[in-house]
Amino acid sequence: MTFVKRYLIPRLIQYFLVIFLGITAVFFIPRLTPSDPVSRTIAQLTAMGSFLDPASMDAFIEDLTEMYGLGGSMFQQYGAFWLRLFRGDFGVSFFQFPTPVSKLIGTALPWTASLLLVTTFLSWTIGNIVGGLAGYFSRRHWSRVLDTVAMIIRPLPYYIFAFALLVLLAYVIRWFPVSGGTDIGRKVAFNWPFIKDVLRHSFLPALSLVVLGAAVNFQTMKLIVQNVNAENFVQYAKLGGVKEERIVSRYVIRNALLPQVTGLALSFGQIFSGALITEIVFSYPGLGTLLYNAIITGDYNLIMGITLLSIVAITTAILIIDLLYPLVDPRVRYI
Amino acid sequence: MRILRDLFRDYRFAFSFCALCALLLLALSSVFAPDDPTLWAVVPRDLKPSAQHWLGTSSKGQDVFWQATFAVRNSLIISLIAGIVSRVIAVLIGMVAGYKGRGTDRVLMFISDSLLVIPLFLIIVLLAMLVRDIMNLVTLGLLLAFFGWAWDARVIRSQILSLREREFTQTAILSGTSTLPLVLKEYMPFATPLIFSTLINNMSWAIGMEITLAILGLVNLDIPTLGTMLQWAISYQAMLLGYWWWLLTPIVLAVLLFVALYWLSVSISEYLDPRTRVQRVGAR
Repeated sequence: MTFVKRYLIPRLIQYFLVIFLGITAVFFIPRLTPSDPVSRTIAQLTAMGSFLDPASMDAFIEDLTEMYGLGGSMFQQYGAFWLRLFRGDFGVSFFQFPTPVSKLIGTALPWTASLLLVTTFLSWTIGNIVGGLAGYFSRRHWSRVLDTVAMIIRPLPYYIFAFALLVLLAYVIRWFPVSGGTDIGRKVAFNWPFIKDVLRHSFLPALSLVVLGAAVNFQTMKLIVQNVNAENFVQYAKLGGVKEERIVSRYVIRNALLPQVTGLALSFGQIFSGALITEIVFSYPGLGTLLYNAIITGDYNLIMGITLLSIVAITTAILIIDLLYPLVDPRVRYI
Repeated sequence: MRILRDLFRDYRFAFSFCALCALLLLALSSVFAPDDPTLWAVVPRDLKPSAQHWLGTSSKGQDVFWQATFAVRNSLIISLIAGIVSRVIAVLIGMVAGYKGRGTDRVLMFISDSLLVIPLFLIIVLLAMLVRDIMNLVTLGLLLAFFGWAWDARVIRSQILSLREREFTQTAILSGTSTLPLVLKEYMPFATPLIFSTLINNMSWAIGMEITLAILGLVNLDIPTLGTMLQWAISYQAMLLGYWWWLLTPIVLAVLLFVALYWLSVSISEYLDPRTRVQRVGAR
């Protein structure tokens, strides 16, 4: 029971509080800024050349006010906002009228989720294994070479790195398609050509996410392993004649993995943001590209929907990582 | 002088120092630019690099080299505003949280944890979207500053936490030093290197964020920055048309800047950590 009382309940309270604050912030941000979404939308529409007579304009303004939930006092608006969220209603997209935002997000989400899941897993595993080995054998030549490579890749922002890969591998050497999630006009089907096509298109976005993520994991893991390596129990194991493979895998890497799990939970929000940016570079049909189109067209509802959903999804993912922590750390059993 | 000599033994420091000096020089030379960077069609369009136009000209009819000088300058200004303002927030919050402890600490760390957990990029996009009309170097810098302090406040807090437990804190308190002078005089010297290295990392983050926002068209595209330069090159299809000089200039400069800032911060913090310093420059 102590696990529930001392760990689970405070963690769950924190989880709900973060979601609550995040969503409240998303509610208040547009209302605190001087610009009014209704007049902005109308200004954009008139700028595009559409003309409405005064009567229909009034009706239109009323519709918009209702759609954005801007009727009534601030308090009523806030209540209505939550009610709508609980029904899973994010309003309708403005520039793909009248498709509901939740439907647009629904089609984009599987692309982002699968890309994110695969790349996070790969970059975490590869980065930690290679980083662990490089930390253990930190005096070898290959370890230093890898270190320098990571030192160059690590500071690059997602956009620049992904763009450089795109130019190099899709334009200069034409190995991969330049953009999209599948060839144009290909129908969704579960057969080999479709899957092959998806894999070919997602290879470059995945590669850029994996390489950047692995470089970060590589560096932190290498540093931690170097520190663990200097601990007495490792020295003792060496003197005691324990096999080197056993020392590396069971003694050193196992101990060094713990902070890496915490690190993954803490940086997951940034990894997610990075995935969105990478999708924009490669026009990969996920949330990132949806977001890009929403920004270009000024589709405020859609951006808000993506943000709200991301806040919930990311905090939940982090909660799951945190709750899995006891599995890797036998010292924390919460019993 | 000895410190500098020790630092220069690290090839990373030597590289980043030279690279940053070169970039700074480039930024300063924007004073000599012959034309206003916001004007279009001042030189012939789409020229290859030549003696007259060192880095060629763009499809907007601008000299790429002089554009680049302004771009580096403005990107550095944004990142400095973001870095310095967010440092002030981070130091205040980190020190108050670390020194006060208890409830204050919990509340402040909860806020900074929330900022770390939430996909900040989306919130920044949401905000940038709304203030797009008044976006300039200063507002962009402040916007980024407002979100860039969370992690560093944590770092500073943990430093203060360990300092608070040391004996000299007790000595100072018992001999009648009040809180503010104690924090400023006794703790600041320990925290300064930390603040400096987080400043560099934060600047790098701000430049990266500016580039991303520029690609999304959420900044004022008339002001040349590394981001807007890249954005113009991409939107004019410089890649397909083969104007490599236009496209590569902002990319190469950005990569150089990121690597230099990162290496500078790594080599300085390694130097400040006595354990790694002994490994590198030998014990004295």
